[in-house]
Amino acid sequence: MFTPHPPSHWRSTRRLTLVLLLAWFGLTFGVIFFAREMANMTFFGWPLSFYMAAQGLALAYLLIVAVYTWQMRKIDRRHQDDVQSDNR
Amino acid sequence: MNDKSFFWRLVRYYSWYTGGFVALLLVLAILEQEGLPRTWIGYLFMFATVVLYAGIGIMSRTSEVSEYYVAGRRVPGLFNGMATAADWISAATFISLAGGLYLQGFDGLAYIIGWTGGYCLVALLIAPYLRKFGQYTIPDFLAARYRGRTSSNPVRILAVIATILISFIYVVAQIYGVGLIASRFTGVDFSVGIFLGLASILVCSFLGGMRAITWTQVAQYIIILFAYLIPVIWLSAQHTHNPVAQISYGSVLTQIADIEKNFDVDPKEMQVRTIFKARAEAYDVRLHNLPTSWEQGRIEAQQYLEKLKRNNGSLIDIRAASRALNNYPKTPEEAERIWQQEKENYLARAEPPIPQATPFAASSPEASDIKRNNFLALVFCLMLGTAALPHILMRYYTTPSVQETRKSIFWTLFFILLIYLTVPALAVLVKYYIYTSLVGSDYSHLPEWVSYWANIDKAHPLVSITDINHDGIVQLSEIVLDGDIIVLATPEIAKLPYYISGLVAAGGLAAALSTADGLLLTISNALSHDVYYKMIDPQASTAKRVTVSKLLLLVVALLAAYTASLKPGDILSMVGAAFSLAASALFPVLALGVFWKRGNQEGAMAAIVVGFATCVYYMLHTYPALGGSASGQWFHIAPMAAGVFGVPAGLLALIVVSLLTPPPDPRALTLVNQIRAP
Repeated sequence: MFTPHPPSHWRSTRRLTLVLLLAWFGLTFGVIFFAREMANMTFFGWPLSFYMAAQGLALAYLLIVAVYTWQMRKIDRRHQDDVQSDNR
Repeated sequence: MNDKSFFWRLVRYYSWYTGGFVALLLVLAILEQEGLPRTWIGYLFMFATVVLYAGIGIMSRTSEVSEYYVAGRRVPGLFNGMATAADWISAATFISLAGGLYLQGFDGLAYIIGWTGGYCLVALLIAPYLRKFGQYTIPDFLAARYRGRTSSNPVRILAVIATILISFIYVVAQIYGVGLIASRFTGVDFSVGIFLGLASILVCSFLGGMRAITWTQVAQYIIILFAYLIPVIWLSAQHTHNPVAQISYGSVLTQIADIEKNFDVDPKEMQVRTIFKARAEAYDVRLHNLPTSWEQGRIEAQQYLEKLKRNNGSLIDIRAASRALNNYPKTPEEAERIWQQEKENYLARAEPPIPQATPFAASSPEASDIKRNNFLALVFCLMLGTAALPHILMRYYTTPSVQETRKSIFWTLFFILLIYLTVPALAVLVKYYIYTSLVGSDYSHLPEWVSYWANIDKAHPLVSITDINHDGIVQLSEIVLDGDIIVLATPEIAKLPYYISGLVAAGGLAAALSTADGLLLTISNALSHDVYYKMIDPQASTAKRVTVSKLLLLVVALLAAYTASLKPGDILSMVGAAFSLAASALFPVLALGVFWKRGNQEGAMAAIVVGFATCVYYMLHTYPALGGSASGQWFHIAPMAAGVFGVPAGLLALIVVSLLTPPPDPRALTLVNQIRAP
C-alpha cells in the first residue's frame, strides 16, 4: 500500500529538475537566438555557432541527463531509510 | 546478483553477435573480390539480416502478458538504451537527416538539436515517473492519473486515439522506407519490398511482443551503427587523413566556406544562374497571359509534334514531343498551378547555394529573423514531441527499476549521439567532395554513381546534372541532388567497394524495421490492452489478451502496409507533423500529470482535444498540400511547427478547465504521491 513519502525528497527532486531544466532551456535558446552573433567566433577552427548546434548542445544534453541520473541516485539513497520501499 | 549474471550473459551474446556480423562483412568482401555479382551481395545482406531478426523473434517467442507487453521488466539500462536508440533512429533519420543538412545547411541542425534535447525532457519530466507507475501503456498512465469519480475511460479513449493516430502516421512512413530500400537494392517491386519487410517485422513482434522486439532492436542498433560509421570514417580518412570524422570535419567546413565564396564570383556559375532567371521570367510572362497562353502553348505543342511526324523526325524526338503534349496541363487552372511551381523551381535554382555554416542565411534581416524564429519553433516541437512519443516512452517500462530507467535514458542519448554527431560530418564531407571533385569536372567523365542513381526513378530523378550553358563543364548550379540519396550513395561517391553499399542498405532497413516494430506494438497494445482488456472485457484471461493483441498487430500491420503501398506523397514531412501532433496532444497531460496535482479528468480531456485540434487546425490552415495557404501563417511559423501553438493551447486548457471543475479524485492524488516517492 501507499506510504506517505517524505516531502523533502520531492523538494530536492523538484529543485534539481528545475535547475537542470533552466540549464537545458538557457543553453538551447541562447545558442539558437545568438547563433548569428557567434558565427564569427571560432572554436578550435570551427565556426562556434555551427559547432554548438551540431555537437556542443547535444553533448550538453548528455551531460544534463548524466547529472540528473547521478544526483537522483544520491537523493534516492539519502531518503531510502525514510520510506518502506515499494520500488520493485 | 541474478541481474548481474543476466547482464553479462547479454554482453557475451551480443559480443558474439557483433563478431559474427564482422565476419559476415569480411566474407562478403572476399566474395566481392572473387567476382560475386552486385545483386547477389544485395540479396545476401537483405536475406541474412531479415533471417537474423526472424530468428531472434522465434527464440524469444512468448505468450505471457508481462513478457509480451514489457519484456518481463528486466532489460538492463544499457541494453534498453541501445534498443530505444534503434527504435528512435527511423528510416527518416537514417536516410534523410544528412541530406537535410546537406541541402539546408545550418537550418538542418534543428533536427539534431530537437531530437537530442528532447531526451532531457524525457529524463527530467516523464520516463522515471512512468516506470514508477509501472503498468503497460501510455493511455494506462493517463487514465489512472486523470481518473474521474465514476470512470477512468474518457481520458483513456482520447489518449488511445491520439496514440494510434500519431503512431500510425509514423509507421506508414517507416514501411514506405522499407519498401524503398528493399526495391532499390534488390530490384524487387516496391510493393513486394513492403511485404517482404513486413514479413520480418511480423515474425518478430507477432511471436514475442516487446521481449522479441527489444532483443531484435539491440541487434539492429549494432548494424545501424556499423552501417553509418564505416562509410563516414572511410570518407574522412580519404579527404582529411583523420579517420575520426566527428573531429576532422571542422577543417573541411572552413574550406567549404571559402569555396562557396568563389562560386559567387565565378562567371560560369553566373551564366547558369542567369539562364535560370530567364526561364523563371518566361514562366512569369505565361502566367500573366493566362488563359490565352495556355491555349497557345497547347497548339504549339501539337504543331511541333505534327511537324516532327511530317518531317520524319527521330523516334526519340517524336516520343518526347508526344509525352510533352500528354503531360501538358489539362486546364488553365492546372497550368497556373504547375507553371507557378516551375517558376519557383527556376527562381530557387538561380539563387546562390545556401552557405553551410552560416546561421539563418537570408537576403534581409527580417527574413533572417523569420528563419531564426522557425528554427526555434521547430526545435521546440521536436523536443516536446520526443518527450511525448508513445513508442519511445513505452520502452522505459521495461527496465527493472526507476534508477535503471534513468540510466537507460542516458544510454539512449549516448547511443543516439554516436550516430547524430556523425550526421553533420557526413553531410559536410559529401558536400566537400561534390564541390571539389564533381564541380568543374568534364561532362564526358561523370562518375558512375550519377547515372546509376538518376536511372532508378526516371519520373523524379534523385540526381540530375544537365549542361545548362553548354560549356561541357559541370557547374554547381547545374546539379540537383535529392537529399535522400546522400547517405545511400555515400559508399559509391567515396568509391568504396559494393559490400559497403549493401551494408548501408542493411542499416537503413534495420532503422526502418526497428522503428516500425516498436510502433506497431504500440498501436496494437493500445488497442488490445486499453480498448479490449480495460474497456470491453476486463475478465479476459491473460492468454486471450495476448492472442487478441497478436491478431490486432496483424490487422494494423496490413493496414499500414496497404496505406504505404498507395505511396501517399510527402510522407517524410508527415513524420515531422507527427512530432507536432504528439507534443500538442500528449505533452501537457504527461508533464503536468506528474508536476501539477490539481489537474483533473475534465482538464485532461480538454487539454488533449484542444491541443490536438489547434495543431491540426493550423496545419490545415497553412499547409498548401492540405488546402491551406502560407498567407494564413501566424508569425510566419511553418505548418510543421504547429505544435508551438498546440502545446500552449493544451496547457492553458488543462489549467483553466481543471480550475473551473472540482479537484481530482483522491485516488489520483494517491497515485501522484506514489510516483513522486523514491
